Amino acid sequence: MSAPKILMQRGLDHPGTSHKLETYEATGGYRAVRKALDMDPLAVQQEVKTSGLRGRGGAGFPAGMKWGFTPRDSEKPKYVVCNSDESEPGTFKDRWLLENDPHTVIEGIMIAAIAIDCHLAFNYVRGEYSYQGMCFQAAVDEAYANGYLGKGIFGSDYDLDLVVHYGAGAYIAGEETGLLESLEGRKAMPRNKPPFPAVEGLFWCPTVINNTETLAAVPWIIENGGDAYAQYGTEKSKGTKMWSCSGPINKPGVYEVEFGVEMMGFVEEYCGGLIDGIGLKGIVPGGSSVPVMRPEQCQGARMDYEGLLERGSLVGSGGFIVIGDNVSAVDCLLNLARFYAHESCGQCTPCREGCGWIEQLVGEIRNGSGRQANLTKVLELADAMAGKTICALADAMAWPAVAFIKNYPEDFAELCEGDVDLDALEEAVSRHDHIL
Amino acid sequence: MSSTGNAVTTAISLSAEATRRIDEIVARYPTPHAAMLPVLWIVQREQGWISPEAMEWIGDRLDCSAASVEAVVGFYTMFDAAPVGKYKLQVCRTLSCELMGARKLIDHLRERLGVEPGDTTDDGMFTLQEVECLGSCGTGPMLQCNFRYHENLSLERIEALLDELRCAEPTDEVTPVIHDRPSRDAYREMFPTSGR
Ligand SMILES: Cc1cc2nc3c(=O)[nH]c(=O)nc-3n(C[C@H](O)[C@H](O)[C@H](O)COP(=O)(O)O)c2cc1C
Ligand code: SF4
Ligand code: FES
Repeated sequence: MSAPKILMQRGLDHPGTSHKLETYEATGGYRAVRKALDMDPLAVQQEVKTSGLRGRGGAGFPAGMKWGFTPRDSEKPKYVVCNSDESEPGTFKDRWLLENDPHTVIEGIMIAAIAIDCHLAFNYVRGEYSYQGMCFQAAVDEAYANGYLGKGIFGSDYDLDLVVHYGAGAYIAGEETGLLESLEGRKAMPRNKPPFPAVEGLFWCPTVINNTETLAAVPWIIENGGDAYAQYGTEKSKGTKMWSCSGPINKPGVYEVEFGVEMMGFVEEYCGGLIDGIGLKGIVPGGSSVPVMRPEQCQGARMDYEGLLERGSLVGSGGFIVIGDNVSAVDCLLNLARFYAHESCGQCTPCREGCGWIEQLVGEIRNGSGRQANLTKVLELADAMAGKTICALADAMAWPAVAFIKNYPEDFAELCEGDVDLDALEEAVSRHDHIL
Repeated sequence: MSSTGNAVTTAISLSAEATRRIDEIVARYPTPHAAMLPVLWIVQREQGWISPEAMEWIGDRLDCSAASVEAVVGFYTMFDAAPVGKYKLQVCRTLSCELMGARKLIDHLRERLGVEPGDTTDDGMFTLQEVECLGSCGTGPMLQCNFRYHENLSLERIEALLDELRCAEPTDEVTPVIHDRPSRDAYREMFPTSGR
């Protein structure tokens, strides 16, 4: 299962020095941006469209198409924002990039800027990433010192500034419009869409927001061509993906593989299998927001956008959480419900009330005072939340709620007070699992 | 842009370096208000927390009300509107860490420090907090102590860390401390056992 390493090659080949400008340039860095400066911006966009690169922050939207939505002849300034808020539980790949290859991220930001005619870009780094922000800032300083950022970058007449902006602890600041609010100095309350950021974003100006990993793939694409990138992966999932692997496995960590690898093979070969004595209960493949998969759903699953959808889950941000049979599904769902209840920004009633209510209902089951009615209520709430709010945080609560109950009804039944009619529970699940 | 031109009504004692950096940062953003988070960071780093006087001062500096500064401070978990201990221990409690033993780690800390999450020890040394995923899910359980991550923790390593912190002074060090993975026995002590 060997894979091309587009994003992680430099870091793996040059441990300890891969973050330095010297190493970056010695291994071909900052060639793509020079090339982009000589290209028609629309041709840069076209190359990214050809590559098939989709957003790696969670939603999987085609990157080149997003760039194309920004108006060409805008009176207003345009902005590029890199989303390094990385707070989706189970995800730590952007951290790897900021620590080990910050110049690739910078170069990706530069190329995106050139493609939409932007002269001020931001990287929004989550506040807890002090070390990673420092690594990234050091790289930005190196780039400024060499004339790669600032006035007339790389000796051209193109000006570009890049500001590193720290968050301060809020999952919802990772949602793109919450991020914009945060960057403007307010609470990270997501905005109603439309208007989309590409038309009215930061300071109500056209803005491209992309995840760190998305932007990090761009230099390779411009250097080698969109067609070359599109040769990797599968029919509709092009290129490679960084998976952040956690849980009771022997080799947790970040692994980059071509889209389309088989899931259980990946668990064995990359994750080193499960820790001795622990059996596989399930896998949450794309970060805490996506539906959990049972072992039989994992077996033979293709790790790409369509393959996971076929098996009832999603690529999401690629937070690959392996769950062992030493833990109850009730504890897993309670943990996530507490997370989403804590992180809901509170401006939509279904989300604010629903997350807190689900936490309470599952908490009652956990402490033995919950009944079958608690489960029915959780399912109803999830149904009433999904797709009915300003942002997808409510869906991110609803999906795991339904998936955990659907996949592990026996765990919930075991802890409920009184008998649980499993047939009736299954029937209730079937009324609400259309949201998955 | 200098702060002298603004109607700064409340005096707070910021170093010259901090006010210089604030001026520089405000100038970098298209609106002064956008400098809110970075300015709060500078003030909190220097004063340890965001006092009501600091909120007044920041409001004046960024052309907004102290109330809107307060709202922002309250929204983000990393800003402290009250003084905290010399060491802020923020333990990740989210799923990947819970799977690797975070619950036992937190219980251990509660017992050893004699405080509940959210509280500070009587000697003002430690504030214990439970926080959500810190992006160290592959090296959990873990905690953040002030600005530094400590990863792959075990109950034993927590003891050693507390001892170490007790006889040192806080630093600005941010480089993560990433231990080797705990032994199988250490995991056996920590892993959840709620499964069937
Ligand atoms: C609740 C919520 C949290 C999110 N958190 C993040 C995040 O931490 N990092 C990220 O890149 N995208 C996050 N997203 C997705 C962003 O809204 C946005 O789709 C993404 O940054 C766009 O970049 P991409 O197209 O390159 O993926 C989040 C979305 C939601 C609904
Ligand atoms: S869905 Fe939840 S997090 Fe998103 S805007 Fe509404 S209340 Fe806020
Ligand atoms: S779940 Fe603890 S760091 Fe991610």
